[in-house]
Amino acid sequence: MTTTEAAPGSTGAGSISGAEIRLEDVTKRYPGQEAAAVDGLSLVIPAGEIVMFVGPSGCGKTTSLKMINRLIEPTSGAIHIGDNDVRQQSADELRRTIGYVIQGGSLFPHMTVAKNIAIVPKLLGWDDDRIRSRVDELLELVSLDPGKYRDRYPRELSGGQQQRVGVARGLAADPPVILMDEPFGAVDPITRVRLQDELLSIQRELRKTIVCVTHDIDEAIKLGDRILILQEGAQVGQYDTPEAVLASPANDFVADFVGAGSSLKQLSLSRISEIELRRPTTARIGERTDEVKRRAESNGDRAVVVLDEHDRPTAWPWLRQLKGETIHAGEQDLVNLDSRATLNDALDTMLTNSHGGAVVTGDRDAYLGVVDFTSVTDFMRAQQEAVERDHQAEVPAESNPEDEHVEEVTSDDGSTR
Amino acid sequence: MSDLSSAGGPVAAMDTPTTGERSMRLLGRMNAEAAIILFAIPVIVVVGFAAYAIWHATASLDSVEQKALAWGEIWRQIWGHLKLTFVSAVLVVAVAVPLGIALTRGRTKAAAPVVVGIANAGQAAPSVGLIVLLAMWLGPGFWTAVLALTLYAILPVLRNTIVGLQGVDRTLVEAGRGVGMSARSVLLRVELPLALPVIMTGVRTALVLLVGTATLATFINGGGLGATLQAGISLLRYPVIVWGAVLVALLALLIEWLGRVLELFARPKGV
Repeated sequence: MTTTEAAPGSTGAGSISGAEIRLEDVTKRYPGQEAAAVDGLSLVIPAGEIVMFVGPSGCGKTTSLKMINRLIEPTSGAIHIGDNDVRQQSADELRRTIGYVIQGGSLFPHMTVAKNIAIVPKLLGWDDDRIRSRVDELLELVSLDPGKYRDRYPRELSGGQQQRVGVARGLAADPPVILMDEPFGAVDPITRVRLQDELLSIQRELRKTIVCVTHDIDEAIKLGDRILILQEGAQVGQYDTPEAVLASPANDFVADFVGAGSSLKQLSLSRISEIELRRPTTARIGERTDEVKRRAESNGDRAVVVLDEHDRPTAWPWLRQLKGETIHAGEQDLVNLDSRATLNDALDTMLTNSHGGAVVTGDRDAYLGVVDFTSVTDFMRAQQEAVERDHQAEVPAESNPEDEHVEEVTSDDGSTR
Repeated sequence: MSDLSSAGGPVAAMDTPTTGERSMRLLGRMNAEAAIILFAIPVIVVVGFAAYAIWHATASLDSVEQKALAWGEIWRQIWGHLKLTFVSAVLVVAVAVPLGIALTRGRTKAAAPVVVGIANAGQAAPSVGLIVLLAMWLGPGFWTAVLALTLYAILPVLRNTIVGLQGVDRTLVEAGRGVGMSARSVLLRVELPLALPVIMTGVRTALVLLVGTATLATFINGGGLGATLQAGISLLRYPVIVWGAVLVALLALLIEWLGRVLELFARPKGV
């Protein structure tokens, strides 16, 4: 690795490696169509943030995205990435510096996973050793074992795994900006939640500027640092944080689009990381079963979390399920929650789990603890109480007979949420 | 992530394919019919040639028959026939594939129906007529025969090149362009490899057309097994006619087989 293109691992978590994107009065007109597909869109996408473009189909969100990497050339207006006008260099060269992730991964079926990921580094003329180590590093990053998956062909992977490789391909040359076009649209809901959590965890490490198109407002709320809600002709309906969009929609269109149940959607705004986790007894693969049982019983636990050598949880058996001399990895796939997962996802996962809880993992799937119903409901009650305390603190100051009315106003502008 | 353990399950067996496993996988790509054809053809061809050799060694032939069916003569004609077939096939590929590529790109796209129409007409025209007309214009000989055969067999390769390229998933092309591959490199590294199986089917069709039609080259002194047939007809020797026809058929089968093998190996791994 050269110093200019440091590996994501070496940049250190939290330091922004993204670049700001500025769209200035960008317009796209197709010949023969009266209405512009995108009409005078101006936007600043701050470095290191995830901005979600969301809107009904035909609103111009994908067109807007593709104008950033010039897959579609704007009719007028200017786009800057950092200090550079995107028109300064050839479109091909520009695109090599922008990650591009598409629905389903769009992997080349005749190339192995490693070759798919290596496309951009090869175009940039990296040497073979550097490419090889980069491919392995990226596979680790997207939680695929390099030894196992490097030489596979895409059709030998599940949809979720293909999508992960697609993300790895987008990150391959460590671009400051990544564009995603409905990245998780082609996978089943459970896999989608996992991929979303993984993206958040990767982003926590890399801090790229990510622009992501989706039609799913829930996905936008969950992933976005900011949400851009677009109306017909890519008119900005609202461009704000998810909290602000939910609490005070800018107009009827946005309110309609965000839809009913927005208080339930606010469950998507709180992350598991805000909750205090329980730390039940853990066991390593290969440990003696009787020792583990003794330890768990002395801790008063009826189940143990089994971890592998990388601290990744692999199973969560009840004590009575522990059989054999030593602890083994467990046959069934353990559904984990990333600590960035929302309370919504957490409740969802817990409902399907016999423990009435879920194992929470952090960066690179390392074990953090266990979350259960009680801790979620306690957390929600505490939040509710905090909101009510705020209300009580504000209401007496008004000393107005129309107390209820005042309360309505304060909750409407979102300041008391 | 958390589904690592499950992901390993169903596909784990594919980790390190041995050559045996690889050929099994190659076979796995074929349907039963294709597999039967692939294995039956060489057997039929070998049996056919063996039958000819036995008949040739045991039958009592008159001097005319002996001369027409002499091994030296037969080998010379088979060689000439193969030369006609393969030289034409190479020319067909050299013309039809680039033409097909051009007709799926940018502005020339619009011309595709016209060109395919012309190629259609070329194939619909009677091949004897095409060969004779060209010979009247360019004079008889090997290369005139090759030219006629080439014109005649362009259509399947051209059509399959166009269809094959059009059949490549557009999102893959866009993915290639989106990550910064040039149009040329997307063509060479994505579109053509993925279209290759379809193109090779066209090449096989062309080869079979060519090996049959090359029989007519003898009329303009172009060589090939047609000479044996023609000698049999003009001299009224039925054994010569029958064996001439059988040898052409065996050769055609062999070429068909070769085409199928090519098709099988042209399929990119992972597809």
